[in-house]
Amino acid sequence: MTTKNLPLWEVFIRSQHGLAHKHVGSLHAADAEMAMNNARDVYTRRNEGVSIWVVPSASIVASSPDDKEPLFDPANSKVYRHPTFFPMPDEVKHI
Amino acid sequence: MYAQLVETGAKKVPTLAEMTPEEQAFQAKIDAGIKIEAKDWMPEGYRKTLVRQISQHAHSEIVGQLPEGNWITRAPSLKRKSILLAKVQDEGGHGLYLYSAAETLGVSREQMVDDLHAGKARYSSIFNYPTLTWADMGAIGWLVDGAAIINQIPLCRCSFGPYARAMVRICKEESFHQRQGYDIMISLMRGTAAQQAMAQDALNRWWWPSLMMFGPSDAESINSAQSAQWGIKLFSNDELRQKMVDQTVPQAEHLGLRIPDPDLKWNEERGHYDFGAIERDEFYSVLKGNGPCNKERLATRVKAHEDGAWFRDALMAHAEKRAARAGKAA
Amino acid sequence: MQAASNASKMIYLLRLGDSALVLSQRISELCGKGPALEEDLALANTALDLLGQARLWLSYAGEIEGDGRDEDALAFLRSDREFHNLLIVEQLNGNYAGTIMRQFLFDAWHTLALAQLTQSSDPRICEIAQKSQKEVTYHLRRSSDLIVRMGDGTEVSHALTQAALDQLWPFTGEMFTGDAIDEEMTAAGVGFDPAQLKQTWQTYIDQVFTVATLQLPRQDAWMQKGGKQGVHSEHLSYLLAEMQVLHRAHPGAKW
Repeated sequence: MTTKNLPLWEVFIRSQHGLAHKHVGSLHAADAEMAMNNARDVYTRRNEGVSIWVVPSASIVASSPDDKEPLFDPANSKVYRHPTFFPMPDEVKHI
Repeated sequence: MYAQLVETGAKKVPTLAEMTPEEQAFQAKIDAGIKIEAKDWMPEGYRKTLVRQISQHAHSEIVGQLPEGNWITRAPSLKRKSILLAKVQDEGGHGLYLYSAAETLGVSREQMVDDLHAGKARYSSIFNYPTLTWADMGAIGWLVDGAAIINQIPLCRCSFGPYARAMVRICKEESFHQRQGYDIMISLMRGTAAQQAMAQDALNRWWWPSLMMFGPSDAESINSAQSAQWGIKLFSNDELRQKMVDQTVPQAEHLGLRIPDPDLKWNEERGHYDFGAIERDEFYSVLKGNGPCNKERLATRVKAHEDGAWFRDALMAHAEKRAARAGKAA
Repeated sequence: MQAASNASKMIYLLRLGDSALVLSQRISELCGKGPALEEDLALANTALDLLGQARLWLSYAGEIEGDGRDEDALAFLRSDREFHNLLIVEQLNGNYAGTIMRQFLFDAWHTLALAQLTQSSDPRICEIAQKSQKEVTYHLRRSSDLIVRMGDGTEVSHALTQAALDQLWPFTGEMFTGDAIDEEMTAAGVGFDPAQLKQTWQTYIDQVFTVATLQLPRQDAWMQKGGKQGVHSEHLSYLLAEMQVLHRAHPGAKW
C-alpha cells in the first residue's frame, strides 16, 4: 500500500548556552512543518534546546572525502595563524 | 548483546600483507583511532557488517519497547507509570537514532524494517521472554539495561562515526534506565513478602537470559576477530559477560536477592566471580525464533506498521498537494 | 462572591484530573505501536504531559478532600462511577484517525478551559493551569496539523478521518454543558461557565475542518452526557480494571 517513503531530514539544535546550532541527528517527515514538530518531539525530550533547524538531507552539500588533502592539508602549514606561534616574554601580561 | 552474532562474511581475518592498498589505508586509519565517516571509502564487508549490526541494534530497541510497554497501563503508581512511559519512549528514540546512523550507509529505514518483518534481520534474544509481573520491570531495567550499558559504553568509541555518535547520545539518555530498574527492586525488597517473592522470581527468570545477551563464547569466532580488527567490537563476549557478573553480584547481595546459579562463587586468584555456563541450546533456539514470545513480538510490530500504512501515505499525499499548491501560487 | 464548598471543589478538580488521566492511559496503550516511529514518540510526549497534569489535579483534590487520599489512592481505588472525566477521553483508540480526532476535539476544548482556569481565584488552580497550558498549546498545534494532513491526504485517510469525526461528535456536547457544580465554581470565581467556551471552540474547529476538507456534523445532533457526573460508557470500567489491577491486588503496598 505504501508507495513512497517519508523523506529524511537533518536536525540542528542550539542549546541554552548560546553556542551555534549543532547537528544532533535525523528523522523522517513529510514536509518542513512536520519535520519541525517531529524534531521537537524526538530531539528535545530533555530540555536540550531553545532553537531548532531542520534541513532536508538531500539539500546538504558535503565536501568529498577524496578532496580531503587539497581542501584541508594546506592549512597545516599556516602555523603563524595560531597565537601559540608567537612566544611572549613571561613578564609581559594580558596579551 | 543488542546485536548478537553479527555475521561479517569473513572466512579468515586478513593480515596487512593480504590487503589491497585501499584496505591497508583504511585499516591504518582504524588503528590510529581516526573515525570512518559514511562517505569515506570502506571495504564492502565493513559496510555490510555495520548495516547488519546497527540495524539489529535498532530493531532490538524497537522490539524492546514491547515487553515493558506491556506494563505501562498497569503500573502500580502514577509515578512509576510516568517513569516507565518515559523509558519505553526513550527506547523508541534510541531505535530512531540507530536507524538514522545506519541510513548514512545507504540503506533506508523502510528496507531495514521490511527485513525485520520478513524475519531476515535479527534482534536481541532477550525481548522474546515474557514480562509476567511488575517485578520484571525492575529486573529488566537493572539487568537488561545494565548489560546493554556494559556493551554500549565501548561502542561510543567504535570506528564508525555516525554509530559512535548515536551511542554517545543513547548512553547519556540511558543512564537513568538501569537506576530506575534497581530502584523498583529496592522498593519491592522493602515491601511485603509477596513483593519480595515477586522480585526474587523476576531475578530467577531474567538472570540467565540477561547473560545470554552477550552471546555465546566467542574466543574462537572469526566474526568476532574480524569485527575487532574493524574496531566495531571492542571486547569479547566473555569479557563483557564477566564484567556483568562481577558488577551485578554485589548489587543482588545489597538487595538481599539470591542469584540462581549454584556454580557462582568468588575466585580470589582470578579476582572475578566464577559462574555457570549459559545454555547454548536455549540461546540458539530463542535467537532462531523459538522463544516464548518471538512470534507475538514480531506480529505486533508488523501489525503496527501495516495499520499505519494509510497514515504514512496520507502524510506524503498531503505534503505533495501542499507543495503543488505552493508551486502554483508562486 | 460565594465561597465554594470543599466537596464541590473536589469534584471539580477530579473532573480535570480524571480527564487528563484517562486520556493519558488511553494513548499509553499505543506506546511502541504507533504508525511511525516519530509519531510514537510524539504521542508518548502527550501522554506524559497529561499524566503529569493528572497527578497535580488529583493531588490537590486529595488535599481539598482532607481525608488523606493521595494521587494514587484516587487513581487506583475509585470505581468507574466515582470517575468524573469527560466521556470523549474514555472512547477506544480505534484506528489512528480516531485516536487523533479524539485528541484534537479534546485539545481544542482543553486549551480554552485551561486559559479560563489561569484566571481562577484559587492560586493553586492558576498555577497548575499555567503549567498545563503551555503543554496543551503544543498538543493542539500537533493534533490540528495531523487532522489537516489526514483529512486532506488520500481518499482512504479522508474517509477514516470523517468517520472518526462523525463517531466522536456526540461526545463533544458534554464539554459545554454546565451543572450545579460548574455554577457554584463560576460563582466563587474558582472555575468558569463551560457554555462560554462553545463559540470559540466551534470557530476554531470549523477553521481546521475546512482546511482538512472535512464535513462538520449537524449542529443539532444528539449529544451524550453523564461523564462529569460519573455515568460513563461501558469502556471506562475495562480501562480502570486494567489500570488498577496490580495496585488493588496488593492493598497498602508501596511501589
